[in-house]
Amino acid sequence: MTGAVLSVRNLTVDLPLSGDRSHAVSGLSFEIHPNEIVCVVGESGSGKSVTAFTAMGLLPKALKVSAGEMLFEGKDLLKMSRSDHAKLRGQRISMVFQEPMTALNPCFTVGDQIQEIFRTHTKLSGAQCKARTLALMEEVRLPDPQRVYSSYPHQLSGGQRQRIVIAMALAMDPKLLIADEPTTALDVTTQAQILAMFKTLKTTHNAGILFVTHDFDVVAEIADRVVVMQKGIVVEQGTATEVLNDPQHPYTRQLIAAVPRKKQGEAAPLQEEIALRVKGLSKTYHVARTLTRKARTVQALHPADFSVRKGETLGIVGESGSGKTTLVRCLIRLLDPDDGEIWIGNRNFAKGSRSSLRTARQDIQIVFQDPYGSLNPRRSIGEQLIGGPMNFGVSRSVAWDRAKRLMKIVRLEEDALYRYPAEFSGGQRQRICIARALMVEPKVLIADEAVSALDVSVQKEVLQLLADIKREMGLTILFITHDLRVASQICDNLIVMSRGQIVERGTVEQVFGDPQDAYTRQLLSAMPGNGWEVPALEAQPTT
Amino acid sequence: MLQYLMQRIGLALLVCVAVSLLAFTLLNASGDVAISMAGEEASAAQIDAIREEMGLNRPVLVRYGEWLGNAVHGDFGNSLFFRQPVAELIADRLPRTLTLAVMSLAVMLLLSVPLGVLAALYPNSLIDRAALLIAVLGQAMPNFWFALVLIVIFSLTLGVMPPSGSATLKHYVLPAVALGYYSTPPMMRLIRQGMIEALSSDYIRTAKAKGIGTTKIVFKHALRNAVIPVVSLSAVQFGNMLGGSVVIEAVFGIHGLGFLAWESISRMDLPVVQAVLLIVAVFYIVIVLLADFINAWLDPRIRIQ
Repeated sequence: MTGAVLSVRNLTVDLPLSGDRSHAVSGLSFEIHPNEIVCVVGESGSGKSVTAFTAMGLLPKALKVSAGEMLFEGKDLLKMSRSDHAKLRGQRISMVFQEPMTALNPCFTVGDQIQEIFRTHTKLSGAQCKARTLALMEEVRLPDPQRVYSSYPHQLSGGQRQRIVIAMALAMDPKLLIADEPTTALDVTTQAQILAMFKTLKTTHNAGILFVTHDFDVVAEIADRVVVMQKGIVVEQGTATEVLNDPQHPYTRQLIAAVPRKKQGEAAPLQEEIALRVKGLSKTYHVARTLTRKARTVQALHPADFSVRKGETLGIVGESGSGKTTLVRCLIRLLDPDDGEIWIGNRNFAKGSRSSLRTARQDIQIVFQDPYGSLNPRRSIGEQLIGGPMNFGVSRSVAWDRAKRLMKIVRLEEDALYRYPAEFSGGQRQRICIARALMVEPKVLIADEAVSALDVSVQKEVLQLLADIKREMGLTILFITHDLRVASQICDNLIVMSRGQIVERGTVEQVFGDPQDAYTRQLLSAMPGNGWEVPALEAQPTT
Repeated sequence: MLQYLMQRIGLALLVCVAVSLLAFTLLNASGDVAISMAGEEASAAQIDAIREEMGLNRPVLVRYGEWLGNAVHGDFGNSLFFRQPVAELIADRLPRTLTLAVMSLAVMLLLSVPLGVLAALYPNSLIDRAALLIAVLGQAMPNFWFALVLIVIFSLTLGVMPPSGSATLKHYVLPAVALGYYSTPPMMRLIRQGMIEALSSDYIRTAKAKGIGTTKIVFKHALRNAVIPVVSLSAVQFGNMLGGSVVIEAVFGIHGLGFLAWESISRMDLPVVQAVLLIVAVFYIVIVLLADFINAWLDPRIRIQ
C-alpha cells in the first residue's frame, strides 16, 4: 500500500545465543500511515520495544537484525549507513521514551537540550533557536516557558520532563513519531493530558505515530490500529475497534480479559468486627532552616480517620504526593506519626517505642511494590519464610509446615522453598512475598502497590490470589494503589487521597457512580479507556 | 549557591585549625627540641636553660596559640638547623614542589583522560586491554624505581633530559612523569567506569534520538557527567603529589618542600616540620575546596537545590 510512513516487512531481530529464545522479533510486518496512531501492545518480553528501537537505529549492540526490511519514505532503514540513519533521527523520525526522570541530561538546562536539535539539524541563529524552543514549550503546554527554559531537569516534575522530551521529538516536525510507553511512569491525570496531546499531534503534525504500550485502556484511548505481540510474533492486528471489541487470537483475548475492571455483582456482606481503626493519624515533615531558606513544614498527612472491618478490603487510592506512602509508613511504624491512634484489636500501634512494638508487628504485615528488591537474593525462600514466625517463638518444624501450606495457597510448588529468588519470575516473587507476609498470621495485610510492577495477566493472577486468600482466611487487606481500575476490582470500600488528605470515601459503587469530590471526578475522568466496554471474554489458555 | 560556598569555606577553616592543632601537639610529643638543640654532650642544666630561653616549659596550648598567631602573619619562627626564618626557607622551596605537583597533575590528566575515554568507548577492545596494562604497570612499579628507569633511559642513554636539579622547567619533566604516572591508574579506571556508565544512560539514548553526532555525545553529554567524580579525585591526588613528592624529590635532587621536610624530620628541626605540615595541609584543603566549587559549577544538582 502506498503512502505509508513506515512499512515493516518480515522483520527478524536475533537474540544472543544464551537467551531463552532465538529471536527478539520474528517475521514482523505492519504499516503506519500519516495521521494515524498504531499501538503495539504486549507484555514484557514481547519484543515491542525492540521494534521501536530498530526503527530508531538504537538497538543494543548484542541484538542483530537478521532479515526483513523497514521502509521509511521508500528507503530501507536497515540498509542505510549509520550516519544516514543518524541524520533522520530527531529530524524525520523521533522518539519519546518511557522514563522521563532519566531521559534528560542532568548537567544542562532543558532549554539548551531542546535547542541542541535546531543547532544540529538547522542553520538557525541563536535567537531564532530560542524563539522556536519557546514556541515548542508553549505547544506542549509547559507552564511559564521562560522559566522552564532555563531550568535544569531536576527542578521539573516527571510530567514536565516528559513534555520536554515530547517537545524535543516534535522539534523538527517529524513524519514518524515513536513513543515507547511514554505515559507508564506518569500519574493518571498527567497521563490523560499527555495522551490527549498525542491525539492532537497526530492531526496538527500529520505524523504517523508508533505507540508502544502494555495497557489496553491506553490503546482504547488513542489507537487507530493495533498490533498485538507475544514473544516476538504478531498474533493479531487490525483496527482498534476490531481488536478491542472482537479479539480473535486467544492471547489477545487473555490480555483483554485481564484488564482490571470494576467487579460485577453484589459484594459479600461485611462482618461487624473492626480489625483496624485509625484515629487522627497525622504526620508533618520538618525541613530545617538554612542560611538562605526559612524552615519549612510539609504536612504530608492531615489527621486521618478510618476503620477497616474484619475481612474487608479497603483501597487507598492517590497519585504521587497524595500522602498514601506516608500513611502506610506510619501504619507499620516505619515512620513515627506526630499524632493519632492505630488500633489493632485492643492495642494502640501508634504508642510505644519501636522496639516495644516487636511483638505487635505480627498483627500487621506488608507486601511491597518491587518483588525484585523485596527478597534477599542469597537466602533460600524457605529460610526467608520461616524467619518471621521463628522470631515470635514458633519452632522450626511448625514454621516449616506452615511455609509448605502457604506455598500451596499461593500456588507454588513445595520445592520452591529450597530455591532462591533469582529462579522466580516477578509474579512468582510477589506471591512469595505474600506468603512471607502471611507466615506470621497477621490480622491486617497491607499491599503497597503490590501489583503495579507486574504485567496485566500476572497482575490478574495476583489479584485473584489476594481475593481468594481473603475469602478463605478472612484476612483484612489495606490495598494501596495509584490505579483506580485495580482498586475497583478488588476492594470493598475506597478512600481517595489528595495532598495528604482523605477527600472521598465510600463503597466502590458510590465512588465510581456518584463521586462527591472534584478531585475524585477528575481522577475518574482521567482514567484511560473510558467509554470502552470490555467485551465479556473468557480467557482461553494460550498455546 | 552562596550558602553552599559559605558552608564549604567555613568547614575548610575548621579543618585547617584542627590539622594545625594536631600537627603541633603530636610533633611536640614526639621529641624534645631542647635536647636536639643542645647537642649530645650537653648537661641537664644546659638543656633546661634552652627550655627556659625558648619558652618550651610553658603549656603546649599556650605555645600553640602563640605559634598559630605568628603563623597567620607568615612568621613560622627560625629553623634550628639553617638558622634562618622558616618562612624564607619555605618561600624558597615551595615553588619547586608546586611546579612538580602541577606538572605531575598535568601528566596524570593527559594520560588518564584520553586513555579512560578510549577504553570506555571500546570496552574489552585492544585499546581497553592496552590501557589496563598501562594501569597495572603504573601501580605495580614503585615510583622511585620507575624514576631511576627514566633517568637511565632519557638522561644516561639518550641524554635528552637532565638527570637532576631544578634549574629549568626541563628538569621537572622526568620527575613529573614519574610522579604523574604513578597516580594515573586509579584516575583512568574512574574515568573509564564513569564514561561507560554515562554512555549507557538514558540521556545519551535521548541525545542519540535527537540525531546528535557521536563526538558531541561523547564530549559534551557523557564526559561532562563522567568528569564530576574525577575532579574530586584529582584534588586528592594533587594533595598526594604535594606531600608524597619526598621520594621523587630525593631521587632527582630537587630541593623542594618534601625534601626539606625529610631533612628537617631527621634533624628534629621542629619549627620547619610544623610549618611544612601546615602549608601542605592548607594547600590540600584549598584544593579540595576548589574541587567542590568546580563540581558545583559542573553539576547543577549541587548548585541548585
